[in-house]
This record gives sequence, structure tokens and C-alpha cells, in this order.
Amino acid sequence: MDLNILWFVLIAVLFVGFFVLEGFDYGVGMLLPFLGEDDHQRRRIINTIGPFWDGNEVWILTAGGAIFAAFPHWYATLFSGFYIALLLMLVAMIVRGVAFEFRSKDKHPAWRATWDWAIFFGSAVPALLWGVALGNLLQGVPIDADKHFVGGFFDLLSPYTLIAGLASVFVFLTHGALFLNLKSTEPIRSRALAVTKKVGPVATVLVFLFVAGTYAWTDGFRGLGLNPGLVPLLAIGSLLGAGALIHREHPGWAFALTCVTIASSTATIFIALFPRVMVSSLNPEWSLTIYNASSTPYTLAIMSGVALIFVPLVLVYQGWTYWVFRHRVTAEAKLEY
Amino acid sequence: MDALTLARLQFAATTVYHFFFVPLTLGLVWVVVLFHTLWFVTGREMYEKLTRFWGKLFLINFAMGVVTGIVQEFQFGMNWSEYSRFVGDVFGAPLAIEALLAFFLESTFLGVWIFGWSKIPRKAHLASIWLVAIGSNVSALWILIANSFMQQPLGYVLRNGRAEMEDFWALITNPHVFVQFPHVITSAMATGAFFVLGVSAWHLRRGAAPADREGFLFSFKVGAVYALVSTIAVSVVGHNQAQYMMTIQPMKMAAAEALWETEDPAPMSLFTWGNEPQQRDVFALKVPGLLSFLAYNRFEGKVEGIKDLQAQMEAKYGPGDYVPPVMWTYWLFRVMVGAGIVMLALAAWATWLVLKERVEGGKLLLGLLVPAIALPHVANAAGWIFTELGRQPWIVYGLQKTVDAVSPNVSAGEVGLSLVVFTLLYGALMAADFYLLAKYGRKGIEAVALHAEEEPAALAPAQA
Repeated sequence: MDLNILWFVLIAVLFVGFFVLEGFDYGVGMLLPFLGEDDHQRRRIINTIGPFWDGNEVWILTAGGAIFAAFPHWYATLFSGFYIALLLMLVAMIVRGVAFEFRSKDKHPAWRATWDWAIFFGSAVPALLWGVALGNLLQGVPIDADKHFVGGFFDLLSPYTLIAGLASVFVFLTHGALFLNLKSTEPIRSRALAVTKKVGPVATVLVFLFVAGTYAWTDGFRGLGLNPGLVPLLAIGSLLGAGALIHREHPGWAFALTCVTIASSTATIFIALFPRVMVSSLNPEWSLTIYNASSTPYTLAIMSGVALIFVPLVLVYQGWTYWVFRHRVTAEAKLEY
Repeated sequence: MDALTLARLQFAATTVYHFFFVPLTLGLVWVVVLFHTLWFVTGREMYEKLTRFWGKLFLINFAMGVVTGIVQEFQFGMNWSEYSRFVGDVFGAPLAIEALLAFFLESTFLGVWIFGWSKIPRKAHLASIWLVAIGSNVSALWILIANSFMQQPLGYVLRNGRAEMEDFWALITNPHVFVQFPHVITSAMATGAFFVLGVSAWHLRRGAAPADREGFLFSFKVGAVYALVSTIAVSVVGHNQAQYMMTIQPMKMAAAEALWETEDPAPMSLFTWGNEPQQRDVFALKVPGLLSFLAYNRFEGKVEGIKDLQAQMEAKYGPGDYVPPVMWTYWLFRVMVGAGIVMLALAAWATWLVLKERVEGGKLLLGLLVPAIALPHVANAAGWIFTELGRQPWIVYGLQKTVDAVSPNVSAGEVGLSLVVFTLLYGALMAADFYLLAKYGRKGIEAVALHAEEEPAALAPAQA
């Protein structure tokens, strides 16, 4: 395995970490205005992800930095190409981050309602756009021989990429509702479980449509045949399993399985892409790959050393925070904000 | 306006805006660390309240620094894709390392600190704010390693049409880092110090509530000493940096002095109004020999002027205009230094009153210190615009021009749209941020520490 492959895998790992962790933050954020009946309940809902969301978001910042360092052409083409989509994403990330910090610092109902909706939009927009973005990576976008994206914002929207976007929204909703169920007490707890029973089947249908679309509209599975292998089957299987566990009221195990679903679907997309990082819809020769978009072996080696030391360290201390704040956020708890 | 101009405006606007919050984070975190540590060691209630009060203001500001930083990381690829392709092999590494070493650390442990009160062992809680402080300073180090490559490229080789990393050690031990990092850190400390001084002064001047008086007097003492030490330090390291810049970017420093002709001994300009197209002074007031002294610590020595440097650079890099906007550069430099001098005077005055134990009698100073909260921010913004503008026409000094760095496939309409969106969004968030900082700053220590007002209505007995 050369360093280019190692970095492709590492970036996939960063995306997996991001979607598994921030996925439930997005889900909880989207549910906030609907599951909290009064201000105190809404604060309790926010506090279930309060200690985690900021650290979770760093996974994507690190992925962005890693793409820049390891595959500069990927970074340049992707970020300049998906310009308007990224602008929307940035606006969403900004208002959401500020909203978590600001919303409880004034009592006025309009102030709080504004920031609560900022959290909703700041969660829903990226949840949708990430699906759209990954769909586009697979489906291909107009990239010319000089590695430049030559399309516009509306080139990014197609039935396939919109299905991908909706699938990610509903998977994150299911994932987030399960997390909320595990971290809250009544009445939020039951309401969250009830939500999973409604959004879970929708998520399953959308994921099946996405898989079908991937066979029909992309070359991602072309090399794999009808039996795509273990990882994609794991994605489907774990999602069906999560549905079954939700109906047997085992939200803990169901949440473990939605983690597996998100991780293995993300992995599936990267496996389908490999060794490309962005597919050119104009000419397969013009696709960006882990070789023509990469940094030098020297830079990759340096960065490998840094990553192999610090990624495990991050996993240890972030894991510790999940242990520290493992208890449910109760109605009686003195809420910190 | 074309995409290049709009992209430059956007970078300037978003960077200055980001750097409005970051120095306060970097400087104020040490005050929170100090009070939290004192609380841990002595167990005194006053220190706990001070930790909570300054911690609350720190958090309001911190959030803004974090979210505006996301734009910074993504905008290289969005607006400056050719730059990203050209230097990515070198420049991407410190950015990725910054995220991996620093962002994770500060974000994760900030969450632990906020939500850890009385939930985790006191030692772990104290350690978490220390890790936030270390994380944010490590972050500053790595982003300045990246910026130093743009100011003085080292550790690279030009190959395959791009700058490729050849020596990682040379990149991270770039001498420019060792003049720039101390300058940024000490100015950030001064920013935090003047914030503490200004808020404390506001309360002391109008007669702080009895419960708050001791806390604000103590904060004022801490702020005064912190301000004096950091402003002296920033003057010293700033002077070092200026001397160093004379050797690596003489054009920037010649523009900073509006020194058109090479002179020996060179005078220092106190006030110059120049005619930039004709490269001459319209009116100037100069102190003979002072610039030579600042450059070489003696009253003689040749300092090269803009015209000669332009000729040298044409000989080296080919025809072109290598002169940055001189009047902007000149005046931004003076705004930065001028603000620093006023800060030094105020810090010395405040420390003197502390030593005389007459803080509350110094109504004039207390009144001045409130608007003086803005002074370090003015100096910070002027300093950054100066150093980035003074490097023009280069984006990476001597390697790539700004005009060659912009994304070729992003239209002026797209950049313009994002500039408008960021401006409106940042404006609204700035208003919300100032509202909260003023509100909590005014409340006083006791009220914030007990967070009496913010208990939501639902905590009333009926529903709790």
C-alpha cells in the first residue's frame, strides 16, 4: 500500500468520523423545534449534544485540511467548483455554531426562537448538502483537462444527487432521534423514539433508491457486479436491523447499528470512487485520482507520521468526553450554558 | 469589479473579522486560566466567581472566533484555487496539522470545561481550561507557520510547476515564525488585558456593587500588570520583526516609511503626504537618521528606497510593478504603532495607580480605559492589513503573484454574492455578539456567576 492509498483511507476515516458523530448532532438539531414543547425542554435537547458538537465538527475541518495537504488539486477543484453549495454550507455552519453559544444568553422569546431555528437550518442544510456533495463525487461533475470545474451550481442538482441528499437527511434524523432517546428523559425520550418509527422507514426507502441510482446512473459499482461485497451489504443490513430493533424498542442497539450504517455507507462511496477522488463527467481521463491530484511522497510521509501519532490521541480524549458525559440530561439537572 | 478584486476584498474582510475575535480569545484565555488556577489552589469563592464571569465573556467571544475560522480554512480553495494548487504541497501541511493538533484539543476540552462544572473532578476541570489555552496558542503557531511561508518561503523546491516541500524542518523553523509568532501572541495578550481593564474600569468608575468591588479591583490589578507587560513585550518583538522585515522584504518596510529614495543616513518620517503616481512627497516631516537607527541600532547606515528596490526587483523577476500601495502601507503602519504607544501609556498609568492603591480615584483613566478596549483591535487590524498589503504584488513572496492565484473558474458574480452574504451575516453576528458582551460585561461578577437571570422560565416550581 503506497502513501497515496493510505491518505485516501485516512480521509475516508475522517469523513466516517464526521458523519457518524456530527450525523446525530444534525439529527438532534433538526428535531429541536419539533420535540421541545417549551424552552426548558429545548434547552435539554440542546444539552444532549452540548459538550460534543464542537469537537465533532472538527472532524470535517481536519478532513478539509487533510485534503488540502494530501491532495491539493482535489481541494482546489472541489472547493472552487462547489462554490455556491459551500457558501450555503459555511453560512449554515456559522449560524449553527453561534446559535448554540448565544441562544440561552438572553431570555427574550424571540431571541431564543431565532437561534433555535438557526440551529434547525444550520443542521438541515449541511445534512442535505453533504449527501448532494457525495452524490456528485460519484456521479461525476464537469471537470476539464486542466482539473478545473467548468459547471455551475445547478449542475450539482440531479435526481440522483437529490436522492443522496434526502437519504442523508433522513438517515441523520433517525440517527439523531436515537441518540436523543438515549440521552434524554421523559417526555422527550418517548417522543424521540416515536420519531424514529416514522423517519426510519423513509430513510430505508431512500437508501435503497440511492443504491439503485448508484447502479443506474454512476459507474461506481460497475466493477463490483450485482454482489457489491461486504461493506455495501453491511450498510443495507445494519439499516434494516436498526429498523427491526426500533420496533422491538431497543434504541441502544439500534443506535449502534445506525452508526454502522453511516460508517459503511460512507466507506461504500469511497470504495466506489477509488482510486478517483472526483469523477469527470466530460472525459474519464480527466478525473482526479489519488495520483494526479496528490502531494509529493515527502509531504505524504511527513503527514503520515503526524496523523499516526495524533489521530489515535484524538480518539482517546474524545472517547473520554463521551464517557464523562454519558448520563442522560434530566429535567432536574442544573443546565450549564 | 473583477473576481480578483472581489476575492481580495473578501479575504481582507473575512480575515480582519476573524482576527477581531481571535486575539481576544488568545489573550483572555490566560486570564480565565489564572483565575481558575487561583480558585483551584486557594478554594476562595471570589476566584470561582471571577472564573465564571470572565469565562462567560470568553465563551461569547470564542464562538465567533471558531465559526469565522471555518471560512478561513475553506476560502483558499474557493477563491484561490491556483494558489492552493501551487503551494498545497507545502502550505496544506501546517493547516492540516493545526486542525489535528489544535482544533480538536480546544474544541473538545472547551466542551468539557463548559459542561464539566461540578460534574468532573476539579483537577480534570482545571486541566481542561489549560488545554483550551494550549490548544488555541498551538493553533496560532501553526497558522503563522503557514503565513510565514507566504512572507518568506523556505523549505521548498520549484518542481512540476509548483512549490514542493523539500525540508519540513526548514518550513517550521522559518526564522520569520520566530519574529511573527511572538508579535501576534503578545499583541493578543494586550488585547485580552485591555478588555479586562476596560470592563473592570467601567464598573469601578460608576461604583461597583459592594459584592463586586473586590473582584473588579483584583481584575483591574491583573489587567494592569498584564497590559503593561504585554505592551512592552509587543513593542520589543515588533521592533525585532521590523528589523527582520528590512532584510527579507525591504520593499514592505520602504513603503511603510514612504522612503522613495535610498538614503544614508535614512530619516524617519513622522508625517508624510505623498504623491504616489509620481513617487514623491507632497508634505513630509522627518527626523534625520532615525530610520537608520531603527534598522541598525546606530544613526547611520543605508536604507534602500522604493525606486531602487523596484529596479532591483525588475532585474530579478522581470518587468512589473513591485511597489505595494504606499500611502495605505505607510498609514496603516502608523495607526498600528500609534495605537501601541497610546496603549503603553495607558498601561503604565494604570499600573502606577495600582501601585499607589488609588485605582478608584483615577476617574479620568477609568473613563479612558473603556473606549481603549478598541485600541488593540485597531492595532491588530491595521497590522494585519499592513503586512499582507505590504507584500503585494506577491501572494507568496518572490514565488507567486496574487493575480495568478485566484480561482479562474469562479465568476465575479459568485465572489460578489459570497462577499455580500458574508458581510451581511458577519454584520448581524457582530451586532448580536456586541450586545451579549456589553450585557454580560455590565451585569457584574455576582450576577453572572450565579447566572440568576438566565434560568429559563420552565425551571419555575410548576414545571421543574
